[in-house]
Amino acid sequence: MRVIPIGAENSIQADASGCDEESGVVQKVHMPLVRREFLKGSGILFGSIASGSMLAALAPSTAWALELKTLTTDEGKVLMAMGRTLYPHKKLPDAVYALLAKDLDGGANSDAATAKLLKDGVASLNKAAGGDFSKLTYDQRLAIIHPMEDTPFFGKVRGQCVTSLYDNDMAFAAFGYPGSAWEKGGYITRGFQDLKWLPNPPAEASPPPFLG
Amino acid sequence: MAKFDYNDDSVVVVIGSGAGGGTLSNELCQKGIKVVCLEAGARQSSASFINDEWKSFSQLAWLDPRTTSGSWRVAKDFAGLPAWICKTVGGTTTHWAGASLRFQEHEFRTRQVYGDLAGANLLDWPLTLDELEPYYAKAEDKMGVTRTNGIPGLPGNNNFKIMYAGAKKLGYGEVHTGRMAINSQPRDGRGRCMQLGFCFQGCKSGAKWSTLYTEIPKAEATGNFELRPESHVTRIEHNADGKVNAVVYFDKNGNEHRQKARIVCVAGNSIESPRLLLMSASNMFKDGLANSSGQVGRNYMRHMTGSVYAAFKDPVHMYRGTTMAGIVRDEARHDTRRGFVGGYELETLSLGVPFMAAFLDPGKWGADFAWWMEHYSQLAGMWIVGEDMPRETNRVTLNTNVKDKWGNPVPNVHFDDHPNDMAMREHAFSQGEKIYQAAGAIRTYRTPPYPSTHNLGTNRMSAKASDGVVNKWGQAHDINNLFVSDGSQFTSGGAENPTLTIVTLAIRQADYIAKQMKERAI
Repeated sequence: MRVIPIGAENSIQADASGCDEESGVVQKVHMPLVRREFLKGSGILFGSIASGSMLAALAPSTAWALELKTLTTDEGKVLMAMGRTLYPHKKLPDAVYALLAKDLDGGANSDAATAKLLKDGVASLNKAAGGDFSKLTYDQRLAIIHPMEDTPFFGKVRGQCVTSLYDNDMAFAAFGYPGSAWEKGGYITRGFQDLKWLPNPPAEASPPPFLG
Repeated sequence: MAKFDYNDDSVVVVIGSGAGGGTLSNELCQKGIKVVCLEAGARQSSASFINDEWKSFSQLAWLDPRTTSGSWRVAKDFAGLPAWICKTVGGTTTHWAGASLRFQEHEFRTRQVYGDLAGANLLDWPLTLDELEPYYAKAEDKMGVTRTNGIPGLPGNNNFKIMYAGAKKLGYGEVHTGRMAINSQPRDGRGRCMQLGFCFQGCKSGAKWSTLYTEIPKAEATGNFELRPESHVTRIEHNADGKVNAVVYFDKNGNEHRQKARIVCVAGNSIESPRLLLMSASNMFKDGLANSSGQVGRNYMRHMTGSVYAAFKDPVHMYRGTTMAGIVRDEARHDTRRGFVGGYELETLSLGVPFMAAFLDPGKWGADFAWWMEHYSQLAGMWIVGEDMPRETNRVTLNTNVKDKWGNPVPNVHFDDHPNDMAMREHAFSQGEKIYQAAGAIRTYRTPPYPSTHNLGTNRMSAKASDGVVNKWGQAHDINNLFVSDGSQFTSGGAENPTLTIVTLAIRQADYIAKQMKERAI
């Protein structure tokens, strides 16, 4: 998961020369199972994806766990709850929101200022909640988050949501986006004009495909 | 591929390998002229392109630091990314959608036709559509533009079906799958479009014209061409007579080189080209090269843009097939009864889930945004592209407060929408919504402009040296062996996607340069 720093709060540092890839193969999102006894990190988030659901097929196991390196388990849960408040998708399992916590934790692990921003932000959410923010209802969480819209903490979490929540295979599956098309031969014979609820345009506006 | 000595001062140095630089290089090489092409980016191929929006963006986009100012929304949403253009061999022809439309006759004389519009720096081009038509024809043939040269149009996808149905219900006349530099059938050694849906990410089937796998290999085959990828130019030098004579650049290892030159052609797109001229200031040219008019960097245009997305109750799957799959051309005319001068095109557009999240409405969050993402498979989309007004104050300048990795000031891009741009955008948003409503949309959404893909005007052509930077051949008024070969030459933007006109001007410029060299004029 990468964040391309294009916002005002970030300085551009990406360098295209480091991004050569041998092929167009898109890597699957890894949802590693980690065992508690091997954990060296600061926290762990875990849960399960309903077996039989469309998304279960994408994960190596319906049970998932993510290790945090800097943030605590409770902080991770609050950030997941904040992500679900900002971008509430019933279609997305907690495993996707856990990716948000993991990516934010990655930022916190490499930069002390980011760690402080996130930890202080989580503390302020819990303070406003009078306890554990993640235990509140959606409406209660929304009421707490709204006044924070202009804070750097809000900006950081919201910005991270854009890539963490929407650039992964589970989100693709949930929203009906198949991603890479090259290895499947594109859509020339796979439904690019299969819409049936409107009449087809005449041939002069839309000639038939060349299949020869 | 040839190899030229750094001290070979008989070569033409072309800076940039995109629509302008790549085409010009090949055209010159075909005439037996030796060319060294310096390209800042690395060389990719159809095999290395990636069907993944963010990964491809990292691979192809120009991500060197830039800053922004002005009231345009891009400065708020994408402060460090004013433009979505490329740093790779082939330049932005790797990323472009393929729309290849000729300018309309009146768009070459906007000052005359639109009049003296307050706050606009309108000027007529020093050339006419008549003069360009033979070269437009050559460009269309070179690029294999559909609906020209007997090439059939592309088959329309689901996204186009919706545009067509709605536009026809509204009474629009010219609605079809466009004039596209994408092979609808095999041509020029390249296959036909596979309807991949990743036009913006570099065409993995090679059906879409890009200098990367057309002009550049053809130039290489002549033995007159040397391409130096990952060569970042920082300065153009001149001699005591005020003629340019060398180009200084850094290779990928950070080593500085100086390539001598008989002629220098700048084709780095409309942000880097004026930046390079400004950075090349000297004792003789204190305000930068070719800048006696003070117009270098000014009159920056980016096309009036915006998008309309619409949700339907049934599936659409707009991501299937050509990204720009169809067009409505009726609004491209000049008709002031609509409340603005100039016109606009409506072209289908599609984004994948990752970019939809980033671009549908940057900064937006909440249940309504989530609703749009959840209806992704039921969305149709179109892009608005219209003529924006050149303004002296919309400009590229050197930001000395921010330095790039070579220690040079980064370009700042300042832009304020002209009232004409805003009136046109309002009209286009409204027409786009009506098209989708006529096709049965349950909701429509007005998406603000993306980072600029059409960057134009910052080294503009003019009849008089006091009004612009280059003459009708793209030759600097001040320095006769310095040329501008990209969209920064444009005197006005037109309503049309600019690549075809950039290629057309490059073919024409190559003829002129060859003639001038033969006559020993330069």
